[in-house]
Amino acid sequence: MRSPTPKRHHKAARLLLVAAALLVTGGLYAVVAPATSVAAPTPEETVARGQELFAVSCASCHGLNGEGAGLLNETAPSLIGVGAASVDFQMRTGRMPMANPYAQAPNKQNTFTAEEIAAISLYVASLGDGPAIPDPGQYDPSGLSAAEVAVGGDLFRTNCSACHNFQGSGGALPNGRVAPPLLDAEPIDIHEAMRTGPGEMPVFADGAIPDKDVRSMIAYLDQVHAQPSAGLTLGGLGPVSEGFWGWVAGLGILMLFATWITKKAARK
Amino acid sequence: MAKPTNVDPEVPQGVSPEKADTSLAASAAGGTVGWVDDRVPVSGFGRKALRKAFPDHWSFLLGEVALYSFIILLLTGVFLTIWFKPSMAEIEYEGTYALMRGIPMSEAFASTLEISFDIRGGLLIRQIHHWAAILFVAAMIAHMLRVFFTGAFRKPRELNWLIGVGLLQLGMIEGFAGYSLPDDLLSGTGLRFVDGLIRSIPIVGTWAEFFIFGGEFPGELVIPRLYMVHILLIPGLLLALVSAHMALLVYHKHTHFPGPGRKQTNVVGQALFPVYAAKAGGFFFIVFGVTILMGALMQINPVWLYGPYNPAQVTAGSQPDWYMGFVEGAIRIIPNWEWHLLGTTWSWNIALPGLGLMGLFAILPAIYPFVEAWITGDKSEHHILDFPRNAPNRTAFGVAAMTCYGLFWLSGGNDILATQFGVSLNQVTEVMRVLVFAGPVIAFIVTKRICLSLQRRDHERVLHGSSSGVIVRQPDGGYSEAHAPITTEEAFTLTQHHEPAALEVAPETDDRGVRRRGGKQVGSLRARLSRWFAHGRIAKPTAEEIAEAAHHGDHELEEGDVHELPTEEEAATH
Amino acid sequence: MSLDTSHDHSHVNAPDHPVPDPGLHEEERYTDADERAGARAYRQVVGILAAIPVLAIAFVVAYFAIPIDATLHIFGATMKANHLLLGLTLGLGVLAIGVALIHWSRTIMGDEEVVEYRHSAASPADSREEAAEKWAIGVEQSGIGRRKLLGTGLAGGVGIMLVPAVVLLADMGPWPTAEERKKTIEKTIWAPGVPIVNDVNQVPLRASDIAVGQLINAQPATLFELHGAEFQTEKAKSSLIVVRMELNSIRIPTSRQDWHVDGILAYSKICTHVGCPISLWEQQTHHLLCPCHQSTFDLGNSGVVVFGPAARSLPQLPITTDAQGYLIARSDFTVPVGPSYFERNSENDFKEGDD
Repeated sequence: MRSPTPKRHHKAARLLLVAAALLVTGGLYAVVAPATSVAAPTPEETVARGQELFAVSCASCHGLNGEGAGLLNETAPSLIGVGAASVDFQMRTGRMPMANPYAQAPNKQNTFTAEEIAAISLYVASLGDGPAIPDPGQYDPSGLSAAEVAVGGDLFRTNCSACHNFQGSGGALPNGRVAPPLLDAEPIDIHEAMRTGPGEMPVFADGAIPDKDVRSMIAYLDQVHAQPSAGLTLGGLGPVSEGFWGWVAGLGILMLFATWITKKAARK
Repeated sequence: MAKPTNVDPEVPQGVSPEKADTSLAASAAGGTVGWVDDRVPVSGFGRKALRKAFPDHWSFLLGEVALYSFIILLLTGVFLTIWFKPSMAEIEYEGTYALMRGIPMSEAFASTLEISFDIRGGLLIRQIHHWAAILFVAAMIAHMLRVFFTGAFRKPRELNWLIGVGLLQLGMIEGFAGYSLPDDLLSGTGLRFVDGLIRSIPIVGTWAEFFIFGGEFPGELVIPRLYMVHILLIPGLLLALVSAHMALLVYHKHTHFPGPGRKQTNVVGQALFPVYAAKAGGFFFIVFGVTILMGALMQINPVWLYGPYNPAQVTAGSQPDWYMGFVEGAIRIIPNWEWHLLGTTWSWNIALPGLGLMGLFAILPAIYPFVEAWITGDKSEHHILDFPRNAPNRTAFGVAAMTCYGLFWLSGGNDILATQFGVSLNQVTEVMRVLVFAGPVIAFIVTKRICLSLQRRDHERVLHGSSSGVIVRQPDGGYSEAHAPITTEEAFTLTQHHEPAALEVAPETDDRGVRRRGGKQVGSLRARLSRWFAHGRIAKPTAEEIAEAAHHGDHELEEGDVHELPTEEEAATH
Repeated sequence: MSLDTSHDHSHVNAPDHPVPDPGLHEEERYTDADERAGARAYRQVVGILAAIPVLAIAFVVAYFAIPIDATLHIFGATMKANHLLLGLTLGLGVLAIGVALIHWSRTIMGDEEVVEYRHSAASPADSREEAAEKWAIGVEQSGIGRRKLLGTGLAGGVGIMLVPAVVLLADMGPWPTAEERKKTIEKTIWAPGVPIVNDVNQVPLRASDIAVGQLINAQPATLFELHGAEFQTEKAKSSLIVVRMELNSIRIPTSRQDWHVDGILAYSKICTHVGCPISLWEQQTHHLLCPCHQSTFDLGNSGVVVFGPAARSLPQLPITTDAQGYLIARSDFTVPVGPSYFERNSENDFKEGDD
C-alpha cells in the first residue's frame, strides 16, 4: 500500500538489508517456532513458501511478482520495497487481503497463521528493501520515565491527534476514509504503521521520530487509556457528544421531572 | 401592581375566608412578619404576592431550568475562582498528573489541572459548571421555542422577549469565554478561530484583532481579559437582565394554555405560597441534583487529555460547545468566497457565516414579534396561549428556522457524522450546502400541512366526537366507526381560539378586531401578507354547526353514525 | 383598576366562543379523600427527607476517607472513586430535597387552583394623563423649552465625552499600521539558513533520511530559544509541515523549482481559512485536510485549495540543505501565513494554474 519505487537508500544497502532481514526473521522464527517441528525451515525455504502463499492470496491484485495492478485490481499498489513490516501490519490486522477493492482497507479478523504471514513478509521483503518487522525493543513501552512518557504525549498530540483524535478515538478523512481508532492497537501495530504509512497515512520515519520516541508515544497512549475517568467518557469524541448528551440526558431528564411536577396528583 | 377587583363567581377559590384560621393569621401578623413589617412594609407586597397564581405546564419550567442553571453556574463558578489563575505566563508543570510532568504550559492550564487532580471535589465542581453551562443555553433556547410556538411573545410581552433574546446572546458569549479560559488545546483552537473570525471583519479586522488580543495571537492578555468578561462583565449584565425578565414576568402574570375557566382576563394556577413556592423551590433542587449527578457520572471537557494549548497541535473532533455549533457548521460548509477590491481583501468565507449568521441569529428573533404584529395588525393583549397548530404560518416559520439552525449545527459535526455513519465527509458538506436552503422550505410546507390537518382533526372532534374504536355494520353492508362525543371541556378548549380577520387595503373599513391609529394606511403588500397569514387555517365550527352535529349525533351510539372523512382535496381547499 | 381601559381589548371584550366556557371544576385528590393514601404520602416525604442527612454524612466520609487518586471499577471502566462518590452522595442528597418538596406539594399541600384577575399592562388613562401633566410641569420648570441651547449643549457635552472614553481604550493593543503588520503578522522567524527541526524532540532533519510519503511536523530551530508568550506567538506562525513525494507524481511550478529538495517540500501548517494547524495528510492523494473546517489543500500542487472554505493556497517555505545535508530554510515565507485580512491584497498569491 505504498507509492511505487521509493528511492530512500543507497542501492547497495538493499542487498545488505535483505540479508539482515532474512537473518533476523529467520533467527526469530527459529526461536518462536513450535518445539514440535522436526526441523526449522531455512530462510530460503521460508521465502519459497511465502512466494507460494503470495501467489495464492495476494497476486491476483498485486501481480505475480508484487509489481502491482494485478488482474483483479488495477489500482493495487506495487509491493516492491514496502518491506516486511508493511506486510506484517496489513495482514496481522486483517486489512489484507481485502475482500473488495474499497477506498480504504478495513481491519477485520485475520485468517492467516503467524507462520504464513512471516513467510509472505519475508518474500515481499526479498522483492525490495523496506522497513523490517520491528523487534520488541523498538516498540516495547515499558521502562520509560514519567518525563519521557510526557514527551511522548506531546509528540502524540503534535503528530497523531489531528487524525486519530486526542486520545486515539479516530477521526474523519476526505472522501469517506477514516483514521481508525487506536484504542485496541497493539504497540507493534503502532510502530509498524508509523514506519510504513499504511493506506493514506503518512510515514513517520526514524529520521524525525527515533524508536525511543515511538516507545514514548505508545507508552503515553497506553497510560492515557488507563487513566481513570471522571464518569462515563461519552465516546471520547469531544464537545459534539457532550452537547448531545447535555440535551438528551440533561434537559430530557429535567423535562420528565417537569412533567411530574406539573401534573396534578391522582384524583378520584 | 393591580390587584384582583372581584372574584369570578363560577370558580371556587383556593382558600375560602371561613376556612382560614384567624388565630393563626393573627399570631403570624404579630410575630416575625410583624417584626419585619414594622421596619420594612412587606405585608403590602405579601398581601398581593403570596397567593399569586402560577399556571402549571411542563413547558413553563424550561425557563426555570435556565434560571436555576444560571444560579448553579454562579455558585460553582465562585468555587472555581478560588484556585483558577487567569494567567498565560509559562511554567513547567510539576504537579500530580504524571502524563503532563515537564511539559511547558500556561498557569491557567496548570491551575485547571490542579483543580482537577489536587482539589477534592474540584473536578466534580468543574464538570458541574460545564454541564450547567450546556444546560443553561439549551434551556434558554428550548424556553424561547416554547414562547415562540405558543405566541407568548405577543403584546404585552414583546419587551420581555427582547430581554430574552439579549440573555441568549450574552449566555452564548459567556459560555464561549468560559470554554476559552482553561487554555487547553480545544480552548486555544477555539480562540484561534475567533482570532481568524475577528481578522476577517472588513475594514477594521486587524484593528479589532490587535485590540482584543493585545497584539498578535495568542499573546498573553486574552485569557486575563476573557476572565474579566466571564466572571464580572457578562454575569453582571446577565444578572441585571434576568432580574428585569423576572420582574416583567411577575408584572404581566404568566400566560396560560386555553381551557375551561381560563380567560384573557384571569390567570388560573397554583398559589405562590405554598404550592408554587414548594414546586419552584423543589425544582431548583432537582435541577441542581441532576446537574451534580451529570457532573459525577458523565465526563466533560477532560482537559488533561487535550493537553495545554500548543499552536502547532490540533485534534480530530475540534469543535466548540454545542451552542456555537451552528456558526462552526456555517463556516465549514461555506464555499471559499474571497473578494479583492481596490487592493483589499474581503473574506466572505469567514465574515458571512461567522458574523453574518450570528447577527441573523440575534436580529431575526428580535424583530419577529413586531413583524408578526405588523402583518396581522393585531394590537390587543394576549394572555391565552396559542396551540401551535392554530397559528400554522408562525409554527411553520419557527420549524423552518429550527431546521435551518439544526442543519447548520449538524454541519458543525460533519466529520463526526461522516465517521459515525460511514459516509464521505465531502459529500456531507456538499449535501449540507443545499440542505440548509432546501430543508427550511420543505420544513415550512410540511409543518403547515401538519398544522392544518391537526386543525381538521379538532374540527372533526368537536362536531363528531372521537373515534370509539367500535366498528358498526350498516344495513346496506357498509362498515363505519361509531363516534363518542367529547367532553364540553375539550370542546371548549378546541374552539375558544380567536380567528382574527386579515387586514384590508381600504383604510375606511373597520373590520372586527382591527383598529388603525390615526390615518395609517394599510399597503397592498401588507394586506397580501396579512391575508396569507390569516387564511392559513381551518375555520372552527360555529355554534350552529355544533348544535346541528349534536342533534344528528343523538342517535349515534345506537345507530352508528356513518361519518366519512374528507378527502385530501377537500382538506386542501380550506 | 378597571379592566375596561381605553386601549384595544377587542379580543378580550368580544370572546368568540361557539362552545360556552364550562368553567373550572376540581375533583378531590386521592391523598385528601383517602386517609391512608394521605398518610402514605406523608411517610414517603419524611422517608425521603430522612435520606438527606445520611447522604450528607456519606459525602463527608467520602471526602475525608477516599484518597483523591483512588479508583473504582464500575460500568466496565476505571473511574475516579473520590470524584464519583462525592458526586453521587451530593447529587442524590440535593435531588432528595427537591423530590421531597415536590412530593409534599403534590400530595399534601392543598392544591386547589386559584384564580387571579389580570390587569392591562398599560396604566389607566387618568394615571397616564397625570404623569404627562407632571412631566410637562417639570419640563416647564427646567427652562429647557425657552432656552434651547441648554438641552443642545448638555446633549453635545455628554456626547463628546464619549470620545475620551473611547480614546482611553486605544492602548488595548498595538496599532496594526502597515509598519506594525510587517513586524508582526507578516513576518515569521524563518530566515535564510534557519535549520528545520522536528517539533518537540528537536531532531534535525537530514534530507536523505526522509522517506517518500513521510510527514514531519517541523519548527525552526530558533523557536526553542524563545519562551512564554513570545514562544507561543511565533509558533503560531512558524509551524511547518515537511513532506516528501515522488517527484514524478507532483507538479513543481517553474517559479518554485529551487524551493524543494528532491521532492521534499515544506508548507505552513497554519490554515489560510481561520488559522487552525493542519496535518491530516494523505500520502497517496497528497491532500492535506484541516480538521477544523475541512479545507483541503494539494501539497503535490503548490498547496492549492481543492475543497472547503479556504480561499488561499497554503504558503510554501523555500528550503534547501546545508553542507551536511540537513534541511534549512532559504528565506521567510513569501506571503503572510494564516487567515486573510482586509489590508493585504491576496489576489496575487499562488493559485491553481500559476507557474
